[in-house]
Amino acid sequence: MIAITNLHKQFAQQTVLNGVSLHVPRGETLVILGRSGSGKSVLLKCLAGLLMPDRGSIKVEGTEVVGLPPKELAALRQRLGYVFQNAALYDSMSVRENLAFHLTRHRRLAAEECELIIREKLRFVGMEAALDKYPAELSGGMQKRVGLARALVLSPEIVLYDEPTTGLDPLTAAEIDQLIVRLKEEAGVTAMSITHSLDSAQRTADSVAVLHEGRIIASGTFREIQASTHPFIKQYFALEALL
Amino acid sequence: MASIKRIFEDIARFIFFLGRFFASLIQAPQEKGEIARQMYEIGAKSILIVGVAGMAIGMVLAMQTSSTLARFGGQGLLPSMIAVAVLREIGPIITALVVSGRVGAGIGAELGSMRVTEQIDAMEVAALNPFRYLVVTRVLACTLMLPLLTVYANFLALLGGYFAMRFERNMSLQLYFDSALRFLNFSTVLPALGKTAVFGFIIGTLACFLGYRTSGGTAGVGRSAMIAVVLSTIMIIVADVVLVKLTILLFG
Repeated sequence: MIAITNLHKQFAQQTVLNGVSLHVPRGETLVILGRSGSGKSVLLKCLAGLLMPDRGSIKVEGTEVVGLPPKELAALRQRLGYVFQNAALYDSMSVRENLAFHLTRHRRLAAEECELIIREKLRFVGMEAALDKYPAELSGGMQKRVGLARALVLSPEIVLYDEPTTGLDPLTAAEIDQLIVRLKEEAGVTAMSITHSLDSAQRTADSVAVLHEGRIIASGTFREIQASTHPFIKQYFALEALL
Repeated sequence: MASIKRIFEDIARFIFFLGRFFASLIQAPQEKGEIARQMYEIGAKSILIVGVAGMAIGMVLAMQTSSTLARFGGQGLLPSMIAVAVLREIGPIITALVVSGRVGAGIGAELGSMRVTEQIDAMEVAALNPFRYLVVTRVLACTLMLPLLTVYANFLALLGGYFAMRFERNMSLQLYFDSALRFLNFSTVLPALGKTAVFGFIIGTLACFLGYRTSGGTAGVGRSAMIAVVLSTIMIIVADVVLVKLTILLFG
C-alpha cells in the first residue's frame, strides 16, 4: 500500500508539487496522468527516495520514506521495482549482466539459480533471446522490456513505472501495457505509473489521478475521470481524441 | 557575485564529495573486481600513449642538451642529467598530464552520461550504492595506477635518451644505465613517485566529482569531460609546485 499525504516540492522559485495526496491500495495500479513538466516524475522520484520532498509524508507498506535512514531506505528499495522512462540499462553490461548485477548483490544464490531467475524474468517480458545482447543492440521497445525485467528481478511488491510507453509505437505500447496488467494479476504487485497516454491509462489503471500545476485535480476510475467537467481534463481528453 | 557564490558552493560540494569518498573507503567490503577492471581500463589502456610520450621526452631531452653539455666538455654527464630530470620531474608530470587528458575526460564523460541517462539513479533505487561502485573504484584505480605508469614512462624516457645518444656517440646500454643511475638514490626517486599517487587522486576525484553531478543532457556530458581535463591539469601543476617545495624541505 502507498499513501502520500500533502506532499510539497519546490526547485529554486518553481513549485512542482503543491500538496499532493494519493492512496494506492495493495495489489492495485494507480495511473497518474498529466502533461509534460507537471511534476509526475518528481512525484515518483520522491516515492523512491531519489528526491527529498520539502514537506509531507510518503508511506510505503506502513514505512515512512521521508527522512528514512540510509540502511532502512536500502531495505525498502529492495521491495521496490522502478522502470525508467528510457530503461536506464547499464551500457557496459549485457542484458544478462544487467539483471545479474541487481540480483547477485542482494541475494546469495548459486550461479544456476541466478541464471534460472534471470531467464524467467526475461521470458516474462519476451526477451529471453536477448540474453547476451548489449543495450545498444536493442530497440527502444526491447530496452523497455529488459528494463521491466530488471525491475522485477528481485520480485518486488511495488513497481513504479516512469512513462512506460512513451516514445513507442501503438503496438509495442499495448504489449508493454499488457505486461503491466499481467504482472498485477499474476504477482499481485502494487503499482504506480505515470503517463500522458490516455490509452495506456485506460488499459492499465484501477484508478487514475490527474496532476496539474502541482496538485491532484481529479481522481477516480478512468470512466469517472473521462466524465469530469474540469476544463483542463476536458481539454486533455479532447486533444488526445484528435491525436 | 552570483558566480563567486557558485564557486564557493562547488568547493563546498567537492569537500563533501571527498568526505563521502573517505567514509566509503573505510567501509568494507570494497568492489575488488571493479577496482581491478578500472585499473586495467586506466592503466593498461594508457600504456601506448604514456609510452610514446615517455620515449619522446627522453629522446628530445638528450638531443636538446647534448650540444650544450658538449660545449662545457660535460657530455659524459648526459645520462645522469636525463635520469635526474626524468625521474624527479619530467616523467611524473608528463605522465600525469597525459593520463589526465585520456582518463579524466573518459571518466567525466562516462559518469556524466550515466547520470543523464538515469543509470546512476537506477543503481541508487536498487540500493546498489553507485558511489562506492563507480566513484571509489575509479579514484582508487587512478591513485594506484599513476605511479606504475610513471615507472613505465620513466624507463622508456631513459631508453629514449639512450637511443638519441647512440646517434652521436657509441655507448653500451649497460654503461648508459650505470652512468644514469649513479647519482640517484631513494630520497630522489621515492618522493617523486609518491607525488604521482597524489596526481592520480586529483585526476580521479575531480573527474568523478564532475561526472557524477552532470546535468543538462549531452551538452552537460561534454562540459563535464572538458572541465575535468582543464581542472585536473591546473590542479596537477599547482600540486606539483607545492609537493616539490615540500620534498625539498623534507629531503633536501
